[in-house]
Amino acid sequence: MELSKMTALEIGRMIKAKELGVVEATKAALENIEKTDKHYNAFVTVCHDEALKQAEEVQKKIDDGTLTSPLAGVPMAVKDNMCTKGILTTCSSKILTGFKPTYTATAVKKLEDAGAVILGKLNMDEFAMGSTTETSYHGATINPWAENRVPGGSSGGSAVAVAADMAYYTLGSDTGGSIRQPCAFCGITGIKPTYGSVSRYGLIAYASSLDQIGPMGKNAEDVAAALSIISGHDPKDSTSVSNDPMKIVLNSDIKGKKIGIPRDYFGKGLDGDVKTAVLAAAEKLRALGAEVEEFDMPSLEYAIPAYYIIACAEASSNLSRFDGVKYGYATPKFEDLTDLYYKSRSEGFGTEVKRRILIGAFVLSSGYYDAYYKKALQVKAVIKQSFDKAFEKYDVILSPTAPTTALKMGENLSDPLKMYLGDIYTVSVNLAGLPSMVVPCGFDKEGLPIGLQLIGKPFAENELLNFGYAYQHATDYHTKKPVLKTGKEA
Amino acid sequence: MEFLTTLGLEVHCELSTKTKIFCSCSTEFGGEPNTHVCEVCTGMPGTLPVLNKQVVEYAIRAGLATNCEITQYNKFDRKNYFYPDLPKAYQVSQLYLPICQNGHIDIEVNGVKKAIRIKEIHMEEDAGKLIHDEWDDVTMVDYNRCGVPLLEIVSEPDFSSGEEVIAYLTKLRSILQFIGVSDCKMEQGSLRADVNLSVRPVGQTELGTRTEMKNINSFKAIARAIEGERERQIDTILAGGKVVQETRRWDDNKGESYAMRSKENAQDYRYFPEPDLVPIEISDEWIERVKNELPELPEAKRARYIEEYKLPEYDVDIITGSKFLVDIFEKALEVCGEPKEVSNWIMGEVLRMATETATDVDDISFDAANLGKLINLVKKKVINRGTAKEVFEKMFTDNVDPESYVKENGLEMMNDDGAVLAIVKSVIENNPKAVGEFKGGSQKVKGFLVGQCMKQLKGKADPATVNQLITEELEKI
Repeated sequence: MELSKMTALEIGRMIKAKELGVVEATKAALENIEKTDKHYNAFVTVCHDEALKQAEEVQKKIDDGTLTSPLAGVPMAVKDNMCTKGILTTCSSKILTGFKPTYTATAVKKLEDAGAVILGKLNMDEFAMGSTTETSYHGATINPWAENRVPGGSSGGSAVAVAADMAYYTLGSDTGGSIRQPCAFCGITGIKPTYGSVSRYGLIAYASSLDQIGPMGKNAEDVAAALSIISGHDPKDSTSVSNDPMKIVLNSDIKGKKIGIPRDYFGKGLDGDVKTAVLAAAEKLRALGAEVEEFDMPSLEYAIPAYYIIACAEASSNLSRFDGVKYGYATPKFEDLTDLYYKSRSEGFGTEVKRRILIGAFVLSSGYYDAYYKKALQVKAVIKQSFDKAFEKYDVILSPTAPTTALKMGENLSDPLKMYLGDIYTVSVNLAGLPSMVVPCGFDKEGLPIGLQLIGKPFAENELLNFGYAYQHATDYHTKKPVLKTGKEA
Repeated sequence: MEFLTTLGLEVHCELSTKTKIFCSCSTEFGGEPNTHVCEVCTGMPGTLPVLNKQVVEYAIRAGLATNCEITQYNKFDRKNYFYPDLPKAYQVSQLYLPICQNGHIDIEVNGVKKAIRIKEIHMEEDAGKLIHDEWDDVTMVDYNRCGVPLLEIVSEPDFSSGEEVIAYLTKLRSILQFIGVSDCKMEQGSLRADVNLSVRPVGQTELGTRTEMKNINSFKAIARAIEGERERQIDTILAGGKVVQETRRWDDNKGESYAMRSKENAQDYRYFPEPDLVPIEISDEWIERVKNELPELPEAKRARYIEEYKLPEYDVDIITGSKFLVDIFEKALEVCGEPKEVSNWIMGEVLRMATETATDVDDISFDAANLGKLINLVKKKVINRGTAKEVFEKMFTDNVDPESYVKENGLEMMNDDGAVLAIVKSVIENNPKAVGEFKGGSQKVKGFLVGQCMKQLKGKADPATVNQLITEELEKI
């Protein structure tokens, strides 16, 4: 088998068994990126020299026995909203032009300490605002399954790097579905962990109370291995829970486990092929011994407005620091301080980011706080309660990830409301702070991948991954590969 | 027409924690620009705050010392505004659930006692400093102060005069110093006050329109600002005008205030709960412990000094008005056990030397134990008072140890009565005219003879002994 098509753990085992050198694996990956990525634009920055240097150091530490992680030496890549010391970090925004952080995000640092080799930084919707990776200042990322389709977003680069075999696994971030929806659109596996289980230190914030870093990969085992490394308490993040890193041991026995299917998630607006594939996946899990049952879970209709109010409010504050004074883009000509702020921000941010900053500033403004922000927090509490109630009965909740498969390029850019509605199955998970994973569960008539969403109880990542693991044992959707363009002409 | 004045105060006080409120950078004053900074306090993208527990502890302490209720479940909020000295473009502060509420401080002005209510005390972070370089016409930012912990102490509008404001500030400052949460050095900006002021004609019940004057940094300037603004508002009303609700800056050099921004241009700070910090929960045990560890407050000290040490009220007011003087008093007292003596030294020589050397009381740096030793040297008649005053000057300026200094410079008194007697005899012999005058009935001249003796003894004798010997010798003639 081609090296690039292998899984992260397979590469890790080969490196450990000295069948493959870390530098060799890294060189191969870099060459692969060079010939592949011009067609897909998954990478914002490729860290050629840094990766090779890192590979040499990691090899030494593997040889002398200091690095023993199953992912030691495995080349991977990181979404461009996580700070990497001395390496360009742009959030795919013009306003962070030339920004090189002075420190590395905790999740990335943990992977580096475990021997990860970082190939580069991955494209995304600007400041993680979007579901298509089209709002990137560096241009859209292309879905490898169909060149006129978006890869989803905001972690579109992270999904494509895995789907097009350019990185063995990647880190993405998920505020309202930004890991899960691109996983579904690109036919890969990923998990959004429980809020607080992976440190947010060094993740350039979109919405602080919803953001969560998570791994994206080729199967449940790879994702579990990466999550074991990046999870656990970080004294630098007050919202990170005081747990140790997760010790995930996968078990494909799901006999007697209870799966709940919320009826409301399968109503109007859901694409027929997606519905069929997701319900077929539920049947598959039933066949593997799980009990499957439909139930009513209201409050879904308020999830999207509540999500956009909270996320935009926090974003309007989080993104205020990008003002042209300290780093990144500054307008070249200005009259005074106000003019510097006004022009730098007007020229530095894209349309979708500006739209969300304006929404956020509006809902927080004097006189509107109670009507919008406070009410949204109440909706958030109600959503959390309805999940709590469901989890009294079920171990896992099963649903589609997105109402459709990958959209056509440009289809949603002109209609933001339509794009927001596409988040209907994912945002409530963030509002409730729950873990949720996506596994490939089939293809639509046009051959585009479909993703199954599994939602778990807080900190039940291991259980969730067991379901994914069991499902992937019984199916082969996750092993299907798109036909890649690797020709010279872009 | 006569007018009543109503005043409220917002006091910002920098806490004397070793590290900043949300990172481990030093809070030390001074330092080259941008040397006490890290990625957190400069608000670099992706960074997160971690609350310094000591700040909470100090806030509880301040709340208990000012009779506040402690909010056991309190939160931080973000106050959003753009300014280059605020690198995150929001200040982490407390709006909805401040840590202390509903307290009061009792003041006394011209014999009238009054309680000034404290609405709330909340925790927040300080901003950086802008330095304008006139030469190059550029403005530079120093983030060293960014993230230094502050308490904002908000009073109700309970003041009716500048004197009451000064009395409150004096008391507040001394409380904060006594409980060890702040050094309250106004010249370094670790205590700053915003004054809200309105006037209304006598007889009118509803309050007039108020203005706010920000960041006035000395008691004298505050008194002047209040007087100036009061007059301006009265003049405005008497001239048929209306006071506009606005923020004004007091220019203490010119003695006038000018408008900064009016209410119409007031910023909307878009406050919302800080999502990067978890709520602070304060247990009963925590509050109880802080309560038990609270040091004796100035009021209690004042009563005790009068009762136990029988010191005059005036002296006690001066000493207990400053944590630094109390520290000197108590440390010296511990060494010598003479409260009246220590008090006299402080009221006399210590404050005299402070004035002469233009040293702020807060900056007096000699080891107060030495004052106790010095008093002991006088008590044991090793040196006399005159010598002691000279030694003290050395102590004050160079922090010398009085015991070794006296020994090294041979300042001990002559306790050999024979040697002193010899000098006395020679002085009487060499001043026949004075002796004659004495015999003629002049008592005054005895002092001259004692002085002559002391001069020859280089001051190193007990004047009482010399006096006695002179008297005896003169009797013999």
